[in-house]
Amino acid sequence: MSGETEVDVLTFGRAEQVEAAASDWLARRVTDNWGEADEAALQAWLSETPAHRIAFLRLEAAWGYTSRLGALRAPRRGLARDAKMSGRVVFRIAAAMVVLALVGLGAGSYFGAPREKIYTTAVGGRETLKLADGSQIELNTDTVLRLVYSRKVRKATLERGEAYFHIAHDAARPFTVRVGQHRVTDLGTKFLVRHAASDTLEVAVTEGLVRLDATEGPAGARSNLLSVGDVAVVTGHNTVVTRKPAQKLAEELGWRHGVLVLDNATLADAAAQFNRYNTRKLVIAPSAARIAIGGTFPTNNIEAFTELAQDVLGLKVKERKDEILILR
Amino acid sequence: MGDGVTVSEVDAWFVREVLPLESVLMQFLRRNWSNKSEIADMRQDVYVRVYEAARRQIPQPAKPFVLATARNLMINRVRREQVVSIEAVADLDALGVAADTPGPEAVAIGKDTLRRVQAALDRLPERSREVVVLKQIEELSRQEIAQRMGIGEETVKWHMAKGMRALADMIYGDPGELGRKS
Repeated sequence: MSGETEVDVLTFGRAEQVEAAASDWLARRVTDNWGEADEAALQAWLSETPAHRIAFLRLEAAWGYTSRLGALRAPRRGLARDAKMSGRVVFRIAAAMVVLALVGLGAGSYFGAPREKIYTTAVGGRETLKLADGSQIELNTDTVLRLVYSRKVRKATLERGEAYFHIAHDAARPFTVRVGQHRVTDLGTKFLVRHAASDTLEVAVTEGLVRLDATEGPAGARSNLLSVGDVAVVTGHNTVVTRKPAQKLAEELGWRHGVLVLDNATLADAAAQFNRYNTRKLVIAPSAARIAIGGTFPTNNIEAFTELAQDVLGLKVKERKDEILILR
Repeated sequence: MGDGVTVSEVDAWFVREVLPLESVLMQFLRRNWSNKSEIADMRQDVYVRVYEAARRQIPQPAKPFVLATARNLMINRVRREQVVSIEAVADLDALGVAADTPGPEAVAIGKDTLRRVQAALDRLPERSREVVVLKQIEELSRQEIAQRMGIGEETVKWHMAKGMRALADMIYGDPGELGRKS
């Protein structure tokens, strides 16, 4: 029975998400008017992790074989053949690095108080911060994180948005994340902190242990120890801790690979999730709000979603300037 | 970055030498790992480790290295999860032999490729197959495909992406099925 809980949350379902994202890139490159900006964005995605690069290479290589299918009909030669060769674009070393190197920041702490740095992502953006101690912080869409990092102190403040922390544990220099009136302390772990609305906070632990403390409020405010699979939702002074299965947590972390994983979500929920990543907002009419859908979607591709609503679910789509209305 | 081998060299090597081993690797993983839902992730982990090793130095020959990497990954996972099933231990012992012996089943992707790819195409979901055929054989643009099929362009892309994933799985992951003569 313990089989489910043994699963490493970080890896479970990850390959599928990476493949979904890689195939979306490749399908776009094969069928879109592919420009320099597209190529730069793809190269940035490929250089994020070897897993991205490998998934893309694999799909691309398999896809390359289908160009030979043209030979089955092959009435056309020369031009058509040359055109197809361009599909097998050779990789170039990615020029675009989305990683911000923070190595060496600690040295500055000899001179007075360590400096605070502020990192932000735009709507639809994503960044990975690499700290000198090997820790990594991945920022999701529309996020503001303040960070103090020195030889003595490691503390972050999540002003807004969502971040995934993969922290190299150091008991002498615990890593803390402050969110409003709460503080999350790393006890050797990987965890997600989401600060969506101003007064709600969600902490999900995918490995190890963290401690969640209220820094203000009633005397003797409770301290919660959270372990793998625990999800704490804090609203005001109330904290509710539930346990989610590994796969659910992995789905919530789909954004780390640029995808939104929907499993039996209502259209209204799906729209709310998409809207975090896009400036053009989805609006679902009440008549369609409760229709359930599932699937893996690129977070920035609202068009794919609306077209599927149209073509697969048979819904109507009305496009306006800043929003897209979906109704029955 | 101080790496010994360039990215494009590793990419080319990976496509040429490692991907054709995928069916062997998958058999190996399936035979020795009981939780089937983890196989896809494990394959990815093996690939990442192999790729990263190749960035330092390309391992030759590829096959024993890939299988040894898979074996080590399984052993590490069993250790880390700390709940060792008896079955897993027994199989891991047997792995030592399997990983080091080059088998006769090395797959040559080049051979019969056209027929195999055709067979893979035949097994795609209908809409995905239609999109792939219109693109690769009829050489239509996305817009033209969308018009022909009476669906949106994003839906075309969606079916295309789905078809690409299925093709890769069939071409690399399961060529035994495809190569079978009926």
